Amino acid sequence: MSALGRPADVPPWVSIALIPLVNLVLAFVAAGLVVLLIYWGQYADGTLPGADYLYTPVRAAELLLKGAFGTVPNLSRTLYYTTDFIFAGLAVAVAFHAGLFNIGAEGQAYFAGLGVALVCLYLDFLPFILVLPLAIVAAALFGAAWAFIPAYLQARRGSHIVITTIMFNFIASSLMVYLLVHVMIAPGQQSPETRAFLPNTTMPTITEVVAWFGYKLPRLPLNLTFLWALACCVFVWIFIWHTRWGYALRTVGLNPRAAVYGGISVVGVIIMAMCISGALSGFIAVNEVMGFNRRLLLNFVAGAGFVGIAVSLMGRNHPFGIIFAAVLFGALYQGGTELSFEMPEITKWLVVTIQGLVILFAGALENMFRPRIEALFRRRPAPLQTAAGRTGG
Amino acid sequence: MDKSGVTRVATVGGVPQGAPPAIELRGINKSFGPVRANQDVSLTIAPGTIHGIIGENGAGKSTLMSILYGFYEADSGEILVDGQPKHITSSSDAIAAGIGMVHQHFMLVEPFTVLENVILGAEGGALLAGGKARARAELQRLEREYTLEVPVDAVVGDLPVGLQQRVEILKALYRGADTLILDEPTGVLTPQEADHLFRILAALRAQGKTVILITHKLREIMAITDAVTVMRQGRVVANVATRETSREQLAELMVGRKVLLRVDKTPARPGATLMEVRGLDVVDGQGVRRVKDVSFALRAGEIVGIAGVSGNGQSELLAALAGMVRPAKGDIAVGGTALSSLPHVDARTLRGLGVGHVPEDRHREGLVTAFTAAECSILGHHDDPAYNGAVMTDGRKVLAHCERLMQDYDVRPPNPHLKAANFSGGNQQKIIVGREVERDPKVLLVGQPTRGVDIGAIEAIHRRLVALRDSGKAILLVSVELDEIRSLADRILVMFDGMIVGEVAADGATEQSLGLMMAGVQQEAAE
Repeated sequence: MSALGRPADVPPWVSIALIPLVNLVLAFVAAGLVVLLIYWGQYADGTLPGADYLYTPVRAAELLLKGAFGTVPNLSRTLYYTTDFIFAGLAVAVAFHAGLFNIGAEGQAYFAGLGVALVCLYLDFLPFILVLPLAIVAAALFGAAWAFIPAYLQARRGSHIVITTIMFNFIASSLMVYLLVHVMIAPGQQSPETRAFLPNTTMPTITEVVAWFGYKLPRLPLNLTFLWALACCVFVWIFIWHTRWGYALRTVGLNPRAAVYGGISVVGVIIMAMCISGALSGFIAVNEVMGFNRRLLLNFVAGAGFVGIAVSLMGRNHPFGIIFAAVLFGALYQGGTELSFEMPEITKWLVVTIQGLVILFAGALENMFRPRIEALFRRRPAPLQTAAGRTGG
Repeated sequence: MDKSGVTRVATVGGVPQGAPPAIELRGINKSFGPVRANQDVSLTIAPGTIHGIIGENGAGKSTLMSILYGFYEADSGEILVDGQPKHITSSSDAIAAGIGMVHQHFMLVEPFTVLENVILGAEGGALLAGGKARARAELQRLEREYTLEVPVDAVVGDLPVGLQQRVEILKALYRGADTLILDEPTGVLTPQEADHLFRILAALRAQGKTVILITHKLREIMAITDAVTVMRQGRVVANVATRETSREQLAELMVGRKVLLRVDKTPARPGATLMEVRGLDVVDGQGVRRVKDVSFALRAGEIVGIAGVSGNGQSELLAALAGMVRPAKGDIAVGGTALSSLPHVDARTLRGLGVGHVPEDRHREGLVTAFTAAECSILGHHDDPAYNGAVMTDGRKVLAHCERLMQDYDVRPPNPHLKAANFSGGNQQKIIVGREVERDPKVLLVGQPTRGVDIGAIEAIHRRLVALRDSGKAILLVSVELDEIRSLADRILVMFDGMIVGEVAADGATEQSLGLMMAGVQQEAAE
């Protein structure tokens, strides 16, 4: 942890690792019960022997884990999803530290896809080494622009950012449909998407990267954007806890009146935080549009922006926690898909159920166990309030 | 433990001798996590007396009373009411046992009338009409008995605080309270209102009621109580009869060492004007004019006190002077620079001009309680190049700065990593005063510097302020504690309803004349 902002009462690993882990285990136990219930309904006639029946949750967990991490291709698909979730989680976390709830990562990412596509389609005469930074900058600018308007309305007019960012998700969605159907659609086809990007304007996938070293892998979605996501985690960590701008941002988030007292511009911080949040959301488009789809198409964000809320919550709004939470959700996505292949009784909706349970236990019920676990690990002798008062003089 | 003093004063209240104590607490323990708020507290309160409980902030007075009133449950210990053991786990248990409480922050529904507030929760049926009629008759009887005149049909929000407090007392009496707990009741009152409250309390005592008065003001304890319990660090350190003790002795018992109650200072030698305020108007978010045409000057080497009952525009004035709020009219000049001539004014502008600010509300303005002490020690100066590289903040420099500050201002514990919330009020305030004074401001604005601060820290903070004055700086002191203003300020301005209604030299001010001005009586009439 940083020198600034170190929690002083409980060992850090308890609140960072142990408590989320306990919550996670509980979520999976609950999900196991759901699996049992599903099979109960399917095999009420007793065709499934009792021992096998009781084993189904374990089998489901096995398949989920194998599907997520068991093979190199599966692991790489997990990390491809993880990339989106890291960006979305960071976006939500940055806004959250400024006391803002950014529900609009979805729309910001969607709109940023336009920026990425414009660079990749119309600057395709440039070499990759120039296209890459331009596409990243375009993603950031377009994402930030889409966040700027709600931010401005919140800061200056008091329009609630939750409402406006939700509205902007719909506006982004309608705008992109219009652009793809009427303006950017590739000539001579029915599906509303642009032409495919040229090879010099796509993000190298892991398949292409290992090929440079003479190894062979099947076509896989994981691409170099993943490294950019990790870099963004470091950037966000430094920004929030080790710069004066991050200090101002946290002050506004924790105590806006103290910010005014300290001469920090609350309006400025809200706009800055949302623009950074929007830029981070925008990078989802780099992964999806430039890395995986290699064309602009409808609904490429596919809910990743919303998953970011859960990721940030689960990761305790800390970049390093967000990496773990994003891997978890990536594994649920990828493993869940594999699971529903192997156990057709379990549909992809079970994955959504597990996600819901994780969010329930890690977020909503977070304080169910926290006080008890923290009480077990509280440092002694603690710096007590009375101890401080006692010597005060 | 001097129980003899307590039992002797029991005869004062006109209650038959040999009656069991109104309240007896035996061996009360209460911990919040690792914090032991009450340790083995035993206490006997004789019926028909006014019993003071005094102690510094965090001494455990409020926790003890919350246990008695059923907000908290004690970890161990016994509560006896009129000699009967009682199990009190909620405020309704407490009310049933005949205990009423008047909170520091009133628990009233402001848009309701007095009558509606009084019957709230004791309506006596689904339809209000019957309950109201009964309540009206009962209130009239109570008002007669205790000289508690209150306009029964007035809307509570329109009443002055002194009357609102009486509504709280009536509420408790209406519910049949025999023992009344008052938590810091005079914090919001003018001296005259406080005197009236004490007359009411004396009337209650004469009728055989028992009153428990929680306060940190020694003067009140001496003026009204029969017996007093002193608490320190969660324990009872003394039970004494009031007539057998003195302010000095009580202060020493509270703090655990000898305390200087008076501020040592030489006469002021005012120099050049450092801050000038002309015709200042401040309008709040609701469009209410809070500060009305205020003008004054602050000169080098003087402390100017602003006295007034809380809520008469002092907070808004302070916020405007500190650059946190834009005045609607008028101008402020700092060392010759008129703020109206600047394109943009915020708190940072004022800091740049050499104006320090110790805000009234420590928790909501002066600190970010979730921040560490180190982070709090740079609030307002976080972008100072002294702590920053090109991009990153230098955490070690911030820590070193905080460590030095903690040493210079005797902040305990001297741990810069500790969260601000985990320091006592006095130590939090020392961090803020240190942060602001250390910048060597030309003008220091100070709001309620010792609110919720223990006596030891008060002494240290007052010494710092006087030293700053003596080094030729100007200090504006806003405080609702008349004693503090009178002992610290060289010149006193009295605010009422947003206006400055009078100015007196500190040595010429009597509590009486200040009190009248604080109640809105103009200066000429007051003298």
